[in-house]
Amino acid sequence: MSRAAVQTSEDPIRRAPLVLGDDSFAAITEKVASIVERPRPPLWWTVSFAVSLGFAVILLAMLAYLFTTGVGVWGLSIPVAWGFDITNFVFWVGIGHAGTLISAILFLLRQKWRTSINRFAEGMTIFAVICAGLFPAIHTGRPWFDYWLFPYPNQMQMWPNFRSPLMWDVFAVSTYFTVSLLFWYVGMIPDLATLRDRARTRLRQIVYGVLALGWRGSARHWHRYERVYLLLAALATPLVLSVHSVVSFDFAVSQLPGWHATIFPPYFVAGAIFSGFAMVLTLLIPIRQAFHLENLITERHLDNMAKVLLATGLMVGYAYGIEFFTAWYSGNHFEAFTFYNRALGPFSWAYWIMVFCNVVVPQMFWFSKARTTPWLILVGSLLVNVGMWFERFVIVVTSLSRDFLPANWGTYSPTWVEVFTLLGSFGLFFTLFLLFIRFLPMIAMAEVKSVVPRAGLERGPHRGHGQYWGEIPHQHDEILGGGNHEPR
Amino acid sequence: MSHGDLRVVPSPQLWGLAAEFATVDAFLSAVEACRKAGYVHFDAHAPIPVHGLDEAMEIPSSRLPKLVLAAGVTGCLTGLALQWWTNAVDYPFRISGKPLFALPPAIPVAFELTVLFATIAAVVGLFVANRQPELYHPLFTLPAFARGSDDRFFVVVEARDPRFHREGTAQFLKGLGAEAVYPVEV
Repeated sequence: MSRAAVQTSEDPIRRAPLVLGDDSFAAITEKVASIVERPRPPLWWTVSFAVSLGFAVILLAMLAYLFTTGVGVWGLSIPVAWGFDITNFVFWVGIGHAGTLISAILFLLRQKWRTSINRFAEGMTIFAVICAGLFPAIHTGRPWFDYWLFPYPNQMQMWPNFRSPLMWDVFAVSTYFTVSLLFWYVGMIPDLATLRDRARTRLRQIVYGVLALGWRGSARHWHRYERVYLLLAALATPLVLSVHSVVSFDFAVSQLPGWHATIFPPYFVAGAIFSGFAMVLTLLIPIRQAFHLENLITERHLDNMAKVLLATGLMVGYAYGIEFFTAWYSGNHFEAFTFYNRALGPFSWAYWIMVFCNVVVPQMFWFSKARTTPWLILVGSLLVNVGMWFERFVIVVTSLSRDFLPANWGTYSPTWVEVFTLLGSFGLFFTLFLLFIRFLPMIAMAEVKSVVPRAGLERGPHRGHGQYWGEIPHQHDEILGGGNHEPR
Repeated sequence: MSHGDLRVVPSPQLWGLAAEFATVDAFLSAVEACRKAGYVHFDAHAPIPVHGLDEAMEIPSSRLPKLVLAAGVTGCLTGLALQWWTNAVDYPFRISGKPLFALPPAIPVAFELTVLFATIAAVVGLFVANRQPELYHPLFTLPAFARGSDDRFFVVVEARDPRFHREGTAQFLKGLGAEAVYPVEV
């Protein structure tokens, strides 16, 4: 059997190792820390950073044009008053969900393999939520008054309307960003201490030293830290489900056919996790290759993530199907027409791109060969990203353009400003992401170390994956003097 | 005797002894041995959370979860009170025939504030309880301790411990299988 087959097989008798090759603590530290410690970034990093920064500057230019001229520079009109702006918002906020799923939900489910990818995915979450938060902020007519959304006592003696889902969105997205940032930072403190202790230059010592807050790995600190980490995971789990549910309320609470559906919250959450895992894989596979992280992010990790992609892809496909069923079974003409129009109307091309990318493409992950071939996963995940963007476009635009009365119908096409704003948001996302992998540890070193066999007692009943359920030996000579250590 | 030189060079004071261990097994049993030997002012430092360490050191369970629960309840009540007072009392206006205040539409904001308050309490509580940021600590003066965040485990007995004895404690720590025992001076 090949190494990949050994590692991805499901033999209950033996645990698949989560770290291949040299799994000593020092080797793990060296592998991860050396990436941020090299004096110069690799050439591909510099080139990608320059390109990303260029697009981020384009975003700034588009925003300047929008703010100085008005929302008329976009192709929005009545009835299609939401277009690329809200499509991009839902797309980006959905991307973020995979990071929280990996860091919180998989933590609660004791999925130890998450340790190699959680830091990376959480970073992606933060940057995606930054891009997401941008769009609702700029799609208001006068974005300089966005602070009116927050309930603060003001001279107008007015308060925001909390019965509107748009207000729920403000609270959900800002809470989500704050919690994700805190979770990410708290998780990073032990690794920042490692970077501080390895720092050779004065600047690095000061910056990492301040960021590490004087962490020294004290047992009492670890004790509280682990409790808090568990609590944060338990808080972030319902939060991540709530955020995309609230985003779906923006649509579902309205009365528009195609939006007014009770299936929306779970459908949106599944779609968010689906698109987020696709983005994690899109980013992870090239970076794993470029930094030679194959021993830490193994075939098993890719295999697991491809399985999540398949499962959530099936959920999304089910939701597409059930929407049609509901439209037919409701006996409601408007509802039925909306879905007839989606599949066969003027935007049917977008609908079928969505179905192909989100339902057909992930079916290849039934085959273990596809789940362990990085370039195939990369192609699949890129197509899923495209498909999930089109899903939101279909939901937003097809529903708005064909509402109840044919006299109200309209159409929509984006202007070049909207297209470049979307591209610019990718520029912002990749700029932040490249800075992250350059200056912060992108793999949670302390967590990965805690799942290799040597993190447990040599004589513990379960040696491996950091689990220790046995008794502590009561006399130390029992360990030190014992001669029957099993060779590892 | 020179009278001109009034500079006082303080002699370094012994703050404690740090014993370095290479394996979890030796580290855990050393921690437990220290506790059994009656040391009070000792600590264990590890690059990873070591399972079984809480029991070996008999660390009392943290009270942070109770704080987090209290903060979460506060957040929830804040969310409900905010929506009720602003929309139904201070600035009532009818919109779409909806009631001025009702529980179902108030749930999302109340839930988000529950999570937000609880999370901030957990993180701030962690830092306060751990007394962080604490950018200086005597252990940071020990060059060997840099590996404490990499691959080495340290058991540190402070000199203020009533049972501390410079040679005796050093011998004791060496006997527990330490790779090395370092004096930490401040």
